[in-house]
Amino acid sequence: MSLIDATVAWFGDPAHWSGAAGIPNRLVEHLGLSAVALAIAIIIALPAGLAIGHTRRGAAFAANLANIGRAIPSLAVIGIAIPFTVLIDPQLGFKIYPTIVAMVILAIPPILVNAEAGIVGVDRDLVESARAMGMRERQVLRRIEIPIALPVILAGIRSGASQIVATMTLGAIFGSGGLGRFLVEGIAQRDIGMTAGGVVLVAGLALVVEAAFALLQRATGTPAAQGRPPTVTRPSLGPARLTP
Amino acid sequence: MDLAWIVNHLDELGLRTLQHFGLAALGVAAGFVIAFGLSLVAVRIRPTYGPIVAVSGILYTIPSLAMFAALVPITGLSLLTAEVPLVLYTLLIFVRNIVAGFDSVPPDVLEAADAMGYPGGTRLARIEIPLALPLIVAGLRLASVSTIGLVTISGILGDRFGGLGFFIFEGYRHVFPTEIFAGAVPSVILALVVDRVLVGLGGRLAPWRRERAPR
Repeated sequence: MSLIDATVAWFGDPAHWSGAAGIPNRLVEHLGLSAVALAIAIIIALPAGLAIGHTRRGAAFAANLANIGRAIPSLAVIGIAIPFTVLIDPQLGFKIYPTIVAMVILAIPPILVNAEAGIVGVDRDLVESARAMGMRERQVLRRIEIPIALPVILAGIRSGASQIVATMTLGAIFGSGGLGRFLVEGIAQRDIGMTAGGVVLVAGLALVVEAAFALLQRATGTPAAQGRPPTVTRPSLGPARLTP
Repeated sequence: MDLAWIVNHLDELGLRTLQHFGLAALGVAAGFVIAFGLSLVAVRIRPTYGPIVAVSGILYTIPSLAMFAALVPITGLSLLTAEVPLVLYTLLIFVRNIVAGFDSVPPDVLEAADAMGYPGGTRLARIEIPLALPLIVAGLRLASVSTIGLVTISGILGDRFGGLGFFIFEGYRHVFPTEIFAGAVPSVILALVVDRVLVGLGGRLAPWRRERAPR
């Protein structure tokens, strides 16, 4: 089959494995941009989700935010961000910043909602006994709620990360680096091998990221290790259930 | 921001919005029909549920740009290339919600219907589907919103299938942020409006129960 032949030939060409447009460099770019976006999303969403879960205040706000976040197409976010980010830096503001903004917005809802649901799902009796033992609120959160909610929190970060890695390809349309470049250039140049090669690389990377987070969840000794991760993607659900 | 450009292109903006809506609606409708069939199979023959969800889950994880790109060598720059990914991405959302909807029908109600002598088809149409509606509508909301977002990406296939994404791609090509903005903002508004409309529809179709999203 010519599609497979073309893909194998593309992967086999040593020229595609070196230089700025080579596979290793694109892979590093993709992972680097994804990591930056994920880190910013965690910095914003995790404390907010933990605070909302702990205080039970603003839950409706969080649910609405997550709903709106899901309704906004990433490509549109990139488009909306461009006029603002070019004011900061005409070069990077056109090519890279908008994509990062879009990826951060993409990953905030799952991280925030899962952090909140995880904390809310912690057995009330445990929290009350911790308070009765004289723990301060901060200690309750850090020593009781977060450790118990960890699998749910991690599941949120995992789903944010895999969405970022997959969607980061869109940035290539606007000239940011990453594996999406192979898709965009492959379509533009009608190069079947490059296009299909890009598809394989992106899908492969998404699977690797999923697997890495699955291992991380297992390492933290969570129920996620038994098959299905307790991902909570819809905010209007009841609190996530946890097995002790 | 170049307001004059936007004013000059209002009619084109309207047409693109309609095209965008049309492309999304076709994808959602086709996806719903296929997923409904799959869900009926999954509900009646339970062991098939796992594989059906697994396969649609794998399809769902393929990045959208990659899926459009992967189809170009096979189906060319055609309507099929634009619609197939849209349809495939809705499957997981629909199957999960429709099956959850059927599962939410209380077994007592089904037994009562059987005892009253409802034939299978009538029981489905008069009892199961109406009771499953709130969850089905929740799936419809999710699928519609995500499909409207995906149509912006099909703009990579060229101006016939771009919808509002066409402006985003054109604006980028001309380094003209106003045009990018003119494509991006309406597509967000379209998604939010459709979501609101479907919430209203859900309330109308199943007034006895407030909508609740499935797990």
